[in-house]
Amino acid sequence: MRLLALTAVLLLGANGAHAASFALADHCPPSFDMAEDGRCHLVSLYQMYTAAPGQGGLRVPLPELKGSYTPQQIDLGRLLFFDPVLSGDGKSSCAHCHHPDLAYADGRTTGMGASGEGVGPARRQGDVLPRNTPGLWNVGFLGRLFWDGRATSLEEQSVGPLFAANEMASTPDHVRQALAMNPEYRRLFAQAFQRSANQPIALEEVATALAAFETSLVSLNSRFDRYAHGDDRALSDSEVRGWNVFRGFVGRCTQCHVPPLFQSDDLAAIGAPPVPGQPYDQGAGVLPPADPALNGAFKVPTLRNIALTAPYFQAGQFAQLADVVDFYNAPRGHAVPPGAKVELHWHIHMRQAELPPQDVADLLSFLNALTDTSMSPQVPTAVPSGLPVIPRLHP
Amino acid sequence: MRGSKPMTASALALATAWISLAASQALGATLTVKAGESIQAAVKRALPGDRIEVEPGLYKETVFIDKDGIELSGIVRGGQWPVLDGENKLNDGVLVSGHGVTIERLWVKRYKGNGIMTQGSNNYRIAYNVVEGPCFYAIFPQFGKNGLVTHNVAFGSEDAAIYVGMSDNVDVVHNQTYASIIGIESENSHDILIENNYVHDNVVGIATTMLPALPVKSSDRIIIRNNIVARNNMKNTAPPGAITAGAPPGLGILVLGTDHTTVEGNLIRDNDGVGVMVSETNFLVTTPDDRMDPFPDSTQVLRNVFLNNGSNPQGTLRDLLDIAGVERGVDVLATGKGRDHCIADRLALTTLGTRNFADCAPGTTSAAVASMQTAKPVVATPFTADQKGRLTYLAVCTGCHTYNSKLVGPPMVVIKALYGKDEQRLADYIAKPVRKRPDYPEMPSQDYLPEDIRLAVARYILSELSH
Ligand code: HEC
Ligand code: HEC
Ligand code: HEC
Repeated sequence: MRLLALTAVLLLGANGAHAASFALADHCPPSFDMAEDGRCHLVSLYQMYTAAPGQGGLRVPLPELKGSYTPQQIDLGRLLFFDPVLSGDGKSSCAHCHHPDLAYADGRTTGMGASGEGVGPARRQGDVLPRNTPGLWNVGFLGRLFWDGRATSLEEQSVGPLFAANEMASTPDHVRQALAMNPEYRRLFAQAFQRSANQPIALEEVATALAAFETSLVSLNSRFDRYAHGDDRALSDSEVRGWNVFRGFVGRCTQCHVPPLFQSDDLAAIGAPPVPGQPYDQGAGVLPPADPALNGAFKVPTLRNIALTAPYFQAGQFAQLADVVDFYNAPRGHAVPPGAKVELHWHIHMRQAELPPQDVADLLSFLNALTDTSMSPQVPTAVPSGLPVIPRLHP
Repeated sequence: MRGSKPMTASALALATAWISLAASQALGATLTVKAGESIQAAVKRALPGDRIEVEPGLYKETVFIDKDGIELSGIVRGGQWPVLDGENKLNDGVLVSGHGVTIERLWVKRYKGNGIMTQGSNNYRIAYNVVEGPCFYAIFPQFGKNGLVTHNVAFGSEDAAIYVGMSDNVDVVHNQTYASIIGIESENSHDILIENNYVHDNVVGIATTMLPALPVKSSDRIIIRNNIVARNNMKNTAPPGAITAGAPPGLGILVLGTDHTTVEGNLIRDNDGVGVMVSETNFLVTTPDDRMDPFPDSTQVLRNVFLNNGSNPQGTLRDLLDIAGVERGVDVLATGKGRDHCIADRLALTTLGTRNFADCAPGTTSAAVASMQTAKPVVATPFTADQKGRLTYLAVCTGCHTYNSKLVGPPMVVIKALYGKDEQRLADYIAKPVRKRPDYPEMPSQDYLPEDIRLAVARYILSELSH
């Protein structure tokens, strides 16, 4: 049980001599149910509906989560996610950048990596990363990861930050050794992967456990969802009008941010503004084989919990949601610097949307109705390495 | 609901009855909206199975229907229509997400976005409406299964007048579309019948398209039959960013990257570019998409009537013909790498690029398909109340409750002991929770769950839930 694990840990004290043991949950996390295969499968009210794959709308099923895992793998992933032991200097965990109190983002324009101190906007002294840290809610549904879509699975993705010199500055050897030296982890990996504790811990197991934990971050109980499932009091009049602007064909937001996940696995060039003093980020256009038709294209991010993950866009160019809405309301391509050669996606308003102030205000209210963190996992108060866990930002 | 005729009164009654049943609603009521009143206010009051009648008059609003089984029906009296007027200020005319919705006999004009749009609706019917531009799409069912678009008149669209997007099993029959960039378009859809329409004086008459960078990645089984496709020679005034901005005027029928497209029995005349063009996606859009196949396969150009097409090809069409060294446009033009096409009547036609088209087997016809709608309405919710109870428990309650330990709320073993078999009392508590335990936070009300679901959750917890 998750709770059992916590109590065990509390007895250890902060410096965690690993004599007493962590126990991995034998139950699935909230909103998941154990199936015959022994793995946790998501249960959501959207399963009440039928529609063909790819089709959006108000009452349509969700796409499948990309992976399914056992309760033990998920719980082990939770410990790893919060354990700085994986990083090169033993100072940063995944949660230092993907903080649970910031919807698993960091509230910074762009991330701050290796040798940084602290969390969130107050993080100091680390390498400044080129891109914004995305929130991780509903990340298990994504078919493309990273802003430019360069990874296609969580397993593939997780080794990226681990081994990047400017992020966690770790190495495969470091990860293997740090974990192998820790009897707790040897035991927990053996339990989660149902093998002998004498076998070495494989990197794939680390990646699987992290992916398992990330897949459990599901947010589908916002007020919008209550409206979708039939309670028309769940949204205010302004929010409903905003929903109409959002799905209507002047705004066209649902064409890319497809409900119910409000994202899509497609890349789209929408003409993001440049970051002052830096070359224009051509996104997917510069990934091999460098297709100029994808210049300036990024994956369509989810808008779930969007009110919690400011600032916005791939380099945090927009401080507030209101700025994003203004961007969409301004003429097509207005922010693209001259000479950047970006082919804008056709759904980006074919001319100025010219939404009146009331529509803009309504759209903003609607974006604020997509918030739900009710399935938040427990943040461990200690991890097997005994290293300090991230501080909480608002208890 | 099978048959290419518009739904008969009894079929409609049946469909409505089915919807009502599904919503456990006995008999629908009729609500009347008079000139000067708000249609949306009636939608808000209406229950699944209800019919809303709109009297002739002027209505300046966006009507949205997010519930199932609503019939929105205009009353036309002495030639006077109920008119929804967006005055070039409002975004969209009618927006629908509910299933089993009917929109009929409304005159919808001057909306900046779409006239009538459905998103994710199944079993819909859009009939006998007049939709007047300027607007983006006059009639746009999107993301749905099993629909009928019939007897509408749509004109003045800055893109397609009738646009079936990412949908399945839709009949578009007996409509008139004109003065639009495209008369009728089916985009990334499956099992679509476009029949008996009069499509004239647009830039492009009828187009079936496979477009990139959209969530649905195929476009298959489309029949274009018995339409009159005439004089589609309008100047292209689409805004520069639009996909259609590159569409050359004078195209009667365009098969763009779709598979199993059948063109049969149409009267195709006086289109100045070409009668029928079969081409790959990048003829109009070059956005790369490695998850789709841009080449059209298995097109059948069966017997049609072609008259006087190709007298003045322009734009990209002109460029293509120039490369081939041909002066006049042709009846049938094919480009690109598609496979398994066939053509009937080859000798009667002027053609270009059809060398890899086989001759269709004699007697090949799509006549066996009278309708693409599904034989029965799509069932939106194949779940029983008990199954919904379990879903709701797992999807909602487990955020705060576990079976046998305290999370945010007390464990379910404790709750089971407290409530025994009293489902109603538990259902009532969760609708209006009261503070019971000083050391717990307050439980938020779950009254957004409908009554029957609250009871179903209670039943699940008290009778089925175990460790
Ligand atoms: C130094 C800060 C930092 C740390 C530490 C960090 N990340 Fe990230 N993460 C980022 C940034 C920045 C991005 C976006 C990078 C990009 O798109 O190029 C990102 C992207 C991601 C994504 C892709 C999300 C999406 O929507 O595409 C996932 C998943 C992720 N990180 C998981 C992890 C995991 C698991 C760890 C720990 C092993 C981790 N991150 C550690 C900053 C960090
Ligand atoms: C053509 C596809 C497309 C359409 C249409 C579209 N978006 Fe986006 N949206 C994107 C992409 C791609 C990004 C990421 C851009 C970047 O980071 O450069 C994005 C980013 C965003 C973000 C910031 C997300 C984050 O985590 O930083 C918000 C908010 C947003 N869009 C809202 C909207 C609204 C509101 C509309 C309708 C007015 C809309 N979008 C229409 C593709 C689209
Ligand atoms: C946001 C957290 C939360 C959610 C979601 C939640 N509950 Fe509760 N629930 C609580 C808390 C906290 C209490 C304890 C309240 C008290 O004792 O004052 C509670 C108490 C209860 C009780 C005990 C009442 C009693 O008489 O002692 C029942 C029954 C109950 N919940 C059922 C449900 C059901 C069914 C659902 C799902 C539809 C649900 N809860 C969802 C937090 C929640």
